[in-house]
Amino acid sequence: MSTRIVEIRAKVMRQNDLLAHALRERFETSGVSVVGLVSSPGSGKTAFLEKLLSGLARDFRVAALVGDLATENDAARLKRATPNVRQITTGTICHLDAQMIEKALEGWQLDTLDFLFIENVGNLVCPSSYDLGEELRFVMLSATEGEDKPLKYPTIFNSSDVAIITKMDLAEAAEFDVAAARRNIESVRPGMQIFEVSAKTGSGMQRVFQLLRDQLAHSRETRPALQIQTIQ
Amino acid sequence: MHELSIVLSIIDEIGDQSEALGLKDVETVHLKVGVFSGVDRDALLFAWELACEGTPLEHSRLDIETVPLVIRCAVCHQNRTPPSLYQLCCPECETPSDTIVTGRELEVVSLEVAA
Repeated sequence: MSTRIVEIRAKVMRQNDLLAHALRERFETSGVSVVGLVSSPGSGKTAFLEKLLSGLARDFRVAALVGDLATENDAARLKRATPNVRQITTGTICHLDAQMIEKALEGWQLDTLDFLFIENVGNLVCPSSYDLGEELRFVMLSATEGEDKPLKYPTIFNSSDVAIITKMDLAEAAEFDVAAARRNIESVRPGMQIFEVSAKTGSGMQRVFQLLRDQLAHSRETRPALQIQTIQ
Repeated sequence: MHELSIVLSIIDEIGDQSEALGLKDVETVHLKVGVFSGVDRDALLFAWELACEGTPLEHSRLDIETVPLVIRCAVCHQNRTPPSLYQLCCPECETPSDTIVTGRELEVVSLEVAA
C-alpha cells in the first residue's frame, strides 16, 4: 500500500503557549507583576516565598499560587503572610501548566494586586517546557544541593531569568563553593542575574525586594494603555 | 515524567489536523525535538505506545528527528555548536552566548498517511 506525506508544522505546546500568551496579556493589562519560582524539591522555595510575601505585604498587595502533587500544607503556611493564597494540587502531574493557572485564578480581581507569585511543583525538568505567562522566572538552587545542579539541568536554568542561591546560612557547613556555583550558572545561562539569600536570616533578601520593586515600576511604565471608552 | 502530557498534546494536535484535512490511517508521525527542549526521546517513545492504545493512532509509528543545540556567537558572527549542553559558549573563541538558534524545537513536522 502506498503512503503520502502531509506537512503539518505545528508546535506541540501550541495550546499551552496560546493560553500563556493570553494570561500574560491579562497580567499586563491588570498591572500585576507575575513571578514564577522553579527548583528541585526541598530547595527552600516555600520559605523564600514566605519571606517575599511578608516582606512585600507591608507596601504592596501580594498573592500566591502554590503547586504541589498533594497536600495544602504550603498554602496554609503562606497564609500567615497574606490571605491571597491558593493551592493547586496536581495529583500525579509533575508541573504546572497554563490551564491550571487560568483555573486557579477564577474569581480573583487581578487589578487589585501588585505581585503574584507562582510556586511550581518541585522539579527541575518538566516545568521548563510550560510557559505560565509569568513575567520573570526565578530558578532556585540551595547551598545544600551541590554546585553542579545547573550543569545537570541546563534547560531549566537557561529558560529562567534570575537565579537565586538559597540557604546561604548553611553554605559553610555544607562546604558549598559559591564561586563554582556562580560559574556553572553563568555557563548555562550567560549574563544571568544571581542572588545569594538566606530566608532564615533574611540576608540578601533586600536585593531581591529591590529587583521586584524595579520590575513592577518598569512593567507599569511599559504596560499597555487602558482602553477608555467614551460614552456617546 | 511530563512526556505523557506532551504525547497527549501531540495526539490532540494530530486529531485536529487530521479532521481539518480529512486524513485517515496515519502510519508515521514525524516529530522534531530539540536537545534543549527539556523532553526526553525515549520517554516520548514509551509514552507514545501507551497513549495511542485504543485511538486511531494505535498502529502509528513515532519518528523523532533530534535537533542539535546551535548558538549564535556575537564575536565570530557565526552559528556554532557549543562544546556541550552546559557550556553555552563559542567553541572557537569561547565567548559566552545567550542566543539560541536551534535546540528548543518541539513540533510535529509531517504525517505519513495511507494514500
